[in-house]
Amino acid sequence: MSHSEAIAPRAQESADLPLVVGGHVLASRLIVGTGKYATYEEMARCLEASGTDCVTVAVRRERLVNTAGENILDHLDASRYALLPNTAGCYSAADAVRVARLGRELLRDMGSRSSEWVKLEVLGDTKTLLPDPVGTLTATEQLVADGFAVLVYTSDDPVIARRLKDLGAASVMPAGSPIGSGQGLLNPNNLRICLEYLKDGDPTYPVIVDAGVGTASDVAEVMELGADGVLLNTAIAHAQDPVRMAGAMRAACLAGRLAFLAGRIPRRLYATASSPDEGRIARPS
Amino acid sequence: MSGGHGIDAQDMLTVTVNGGAESAPVGSSLHDLVEALGFAGRPIAVEVNGDVIPRARFAGRHLVGGEQIEIVTFVGGG
Repeated sequence: MSHSEAIAPRAQESADLPLVVGGHVLASRLIVGTGKYATYEEMARCLEASGTDCVTVAVRRERLVNTAGENILDHLDASRYALLPNTAGCYSAADAVRVARLGRELLRDMGSRSSEWVKLEVLGDTKTLLPDPVGTLTATEQLVADGFAVLVYTSDDPVIARRLKDLGAASVMPAGSPIGSGQGLLNPNNLRICLEYLKDGDPTYPVIVDAGVGTASDVAEVMELGADGVLLNTAIAHAQDPVRMAGAMRAACLAGRLAFLAGRIPRRLYATASSPDEGRIARPS
Repeated sequence: MSGGHGIDAQDMLTVTVNGGAESAPVGSSLHDLVEALGFAGRPIAVEVNGDVIPRARFAGRHLVGGEQIEIVTFVGGG
């Protein structure tokens, strides 16, 4: 390998394994939501800039008026992006299971390569959008039994995270902070424990931080801690310059992943000199 | 699709689509309803009384009236 190849980011990236989740191989470790963009054109440019190859979509009633209106699928190349339907807005396990099945049917009807998976959300509260842990466990169990690969949004509680994995979730996706809040990773210690529990004896089990990202450093932080991926939406869609932020998220995800793989130095209370003590012309008094 | 000319009210049936009442001629299939609503060929999934009905079974699914029908599509979301 030549020197230039050795330092090229591309060569470093290729040394990493792809993210495999729910039977799908994803080249990018960013999963990007498709909500809240000013226009579909801007959404498409952001997805491009983010480097993602997996995007989330929501399932909603088709409008009974203005049916000539645009559909998001007119602006999403389903051969390029794996579509991951969510159950956003569901406040019971039963509703989430219904929505998951409708999303699966939409994908099957499209002939999608990724029809048998779902991003499960069972929410407990409209103000915080925090997950209902009991409903989330119930829906996970039912959807796994129905053949779904369940990527499950949950809190950063390590005990619930472990129970979701035990029920057969394809990926456990702890929130960094409340959805759309932009507060970043509020409890790094809980995420550390989630990662330790979920990857114990199963190092490739995918743990994806879903929700709460505010800016690029939040993405880098969770990737440095060893998360396998990050799912975000608002931090790009509502940035002052969404396309530029999408590029920042891409870079941060790669940087954080590389730093995790490289292995950071331990934190020390006191300094350690980088220049040699030997040969100094003067000494500390 | 209400108020078709020349069809008496007693020859119509009523179903609930996405929370609102819709009427259709007696003998209509789910395929007929989807077409009359303008959704043919669009990316949709359909649930009738809680069960998802694949597109291939629309024509064979005859409506009797009173069905609770949801017709959904994908929208942007996170």
